[in-house]
Amino acid sequence: MLLRTKLHGKTYEFPDLRLLMGKANEEKSGDRLAGVAADTTAERAAAKFVLAEVPLWALRQNPAAPYESDEITRVIQDAVNETIYNEIKDWTVGQFREWLLADTTSGEMIRRLSSGLTAEIIAAVAKLMSNLDLIYGASKIRVSTHCNNTIGLPGTLSSRNQPNHPTDSPEGIRASIYEGLSYGSGDSVIGINPVDDSYSSVARLLEMTYDIIKTWAIPTQNCVLSHVTTQMKCLQNGVPVGLVFQSLAGSQKGNESFGISVGMIDEANALAKKYCFPSGPNFMYFETGQGSELSADAHHGWDQLVMEARCYGFAKRYSPYQVNTVVGFIGPEYLYDARQIQRAGLEDHFMGKLTGIPMGCDACYTNHARADQNAIENLAVMLTAAGCNYFMGLPLGDDSMLSYQATSYHDAPALRQLFKLRPAPEFEKWMEDLGLMKNGVLTGIAGDPTFFLRR
Amino acid sequence: MDDAQLNAIIDAVVKEMIAAQAVAPARPAEPVAASSPAPAPQPAAPATPPGGLAIDLPDPALPEHRYQPRVQRAKNPDALPALIAATTARVGVGRAGPRYRTASLLLFQADHAITQDALYRDVDPKMLDDLGLFTVQTNIKSGTSPSGGKQEYLLRPDLGRQISDDGKKTILEKCVPSPNIQLVVGDGLSAAAVEANVREMFPVILNGAKSAGLTVGTPFFIKYCRVGVLNDIGHLLKPDVVILLIGERPGLGRAESLSAYMAYRPKPGDTDADRDVVCNIFNNGGTNPLEGAAFTIQLAQKMIKHQASGVRLKLATK
Repeated sequence: MLLRTKLHGKTYEFPDLRLLMGKANEEKSGDRLAGVAADTTAERAAAKFVLAEVPLWALRQNPAAPYESDEITRVIQDAVNETIYNEIKDWTVGQFREWLLADTTSGEMIRRLSSGLTAEIIAAVAKLMSNLDLIYGASKIRVSTHCNNTIGLPGTLSSRNQPNHPTDSPEGIRASIYEGLSYGSGDSVIGINPVDDSYSSVARLLEMTYDIIKTWAIPTQNCVLSHVTTQMKCLQNGVPVGLVFQSLAGSQKGNESFGISVGMIDEANALAKKYCFPSGPNFMYFETGQGSELSADAHHGWDQLVMEARCYGFAKRYSPYQVNTVVGFIGPEYLYDARQIQRAGLEDHFMGKLTGIPMGCDACYTNHARADQNAIENLAVMLTAAGCNYFMGLPLGDDSMLSYQATSYHDAPALRQLFKLRPAPEFEKWMEDLGLMKNGVLTGIAGDPTFFLRR
Repeated sequence: MDDAQLNAIIDAVVKEMIAAQAVAPARPAEPVAASSPAPAPQPAAPATPPGGLAIDLPDPALPEHRYQPRVQRAKNPDALPALIAATTARVGVGRAGPRYRTASLLLFQADHAITQDALYRDVDPKMLDDLGLFTVQTNIKSGTSPSGGKQEYLLRPDLGRQISDDGKKTILEKCVPSPNIQLVVGDGLSAAAVEANVREMFPVILNGAKSAGLTVGTPFFIKYCRVGVLNDIGHLLKPDVVILLIGERPGLGRAESLSAYMAYRPKPGDTDADRDVVCNIFNNGGTNPLEGAAFTIQLAQKMIKHQASGVRLKLATK
């Protein structure tokens, strides 16, 4: 394989697709940590020139992890629609980019093409996209799903109500849920990250959130983001589960570090279809994030964008209700600052939509990253323009359990009012019936948690 | 050692120190989110300065201001303080259109500010001198450029786990080898955490070890330190137990939380599974430093008794 170009009089040669792909990435501290980042900005530009000429078949034939030894590679390769793949396999990555952006290419056409793609192809085209390309390209692709309500429709923006509490106190969690509902957060899910992953504690939080959903007849679903095995036990014991959650990685080894396998998620999905209380048909909820494979030494020497795209190929197998990257959670050794976090957020959303999954984003940062709330407000605005399905809703954006900051209960209404978007339609009607929203705008009684103390 | 014995050790140590006026008694916890809101802050009226403008604000981070209900025209205003008191999350904050009220916005920014300041500055050298700690550095280079200092520390966790060659030499020259307990302080992700807790913890650990009949090696400070340095310390000094007091990643509005990472005879190649941690050590809301220090001695005794730490200790004491 010869991968070489001259650029500004200098010759750049790349030994294989793995390093070419790494060096074609926008700057990320994690790629440097992995030893695959471009040494100079010019080398990065040269890598992009070469990548633009790579045919799609070469990317399909060189997955990040071998087919024989990695079940995620098998999941992705076996799901490819060969007829559609054969139509496009001789395109170059550069041609593919222009096809995606062309005015004659509709969202429907992209959705069809999705089933002929592998994760490496999707990551490759993302590397050639500028930030506005990623926003514009993704905005064409709508992926809508249904559980108790409908998420991801054009003209809508949803919000996960994330009422975490440092000791899982039901009263504390309830206070945050009420606050969030009063701002219109919760149409994606009422989803709690638990401190205590035990069956009894997870079951208690599921019962508590189910009770709120029933009492107020909220068109939404609940979820406690414990390890999937704990939720499977809940399903088998008749505990009311709305969505079944798990964090995913892009390689078999990475998933082993999460204590999961394809077989286990297959089983969880089957149990969800059998026992979840909402109408479905989409019952799974996945989270991902660039860098998690490297941190588990499960990246097979590839860059973090490729490994992230592979998570989406894995997720697609289950027709999930929602998937989001937790983009700034991993820390500065993988995404150093606001610029890198923003870039990764745009890439992840674009790649998820191109994969054909219902993509949202936990636009967030930790306190040891060079980022602040302004940086993720910027990211949320950009992703809303890109047609992102949902964001997190946290009390003032501060997660007092996980000790990181993300988007807030206030951000969803601000973004909706700014971009003339609505909550999920069933949820909007529910808010209108309660008098909390009118014509897509919060009413005077919204933003008051004591509103929900009366039933 | 049971709880009663542990409490007896803490009491004895604290009494001894108070008698020696080494430390002031621990302050009682500040009241958090009183069930009825405190009255709105009344700035004192100073003499009007030239120009007629006088702004003199009380600290907005104090609980009576921090937990002020801010929902205007709440349906049930009497119930609002109880909702606010039910969680450390920032609820009952009200809104300006779909955005935050000014006080909430500014307090959030102020809380983020202290995390940044704690992360990017060095531990006060005077405190290290007072405690008689000499300083060694990891393989993170000094400086402020991308190739050194805090930025390299954040980008290269691997280098922060290795003590530099100079540092190793210094440690071997200055430290007593093979003690029962080797006590080490590291800056980690918060200088403020080290400054807020270590002064109080040191005498408790030293005296606690003495009461328990354990020898303590020569303590020192590691700059640009990650938890993984435990392995190098074990390799160099062959202690039974290493106690590393290290600053945690700051949480919003809380930069003073410290962890004590511990391992039994740590060696190269050991991982988190071989370690134990006493975390969330801070005054007013966390494990207070005196108690945290006593826990470390209790844990060290357990490790020595079972000759294990981490997962192996869990299995041994199951």
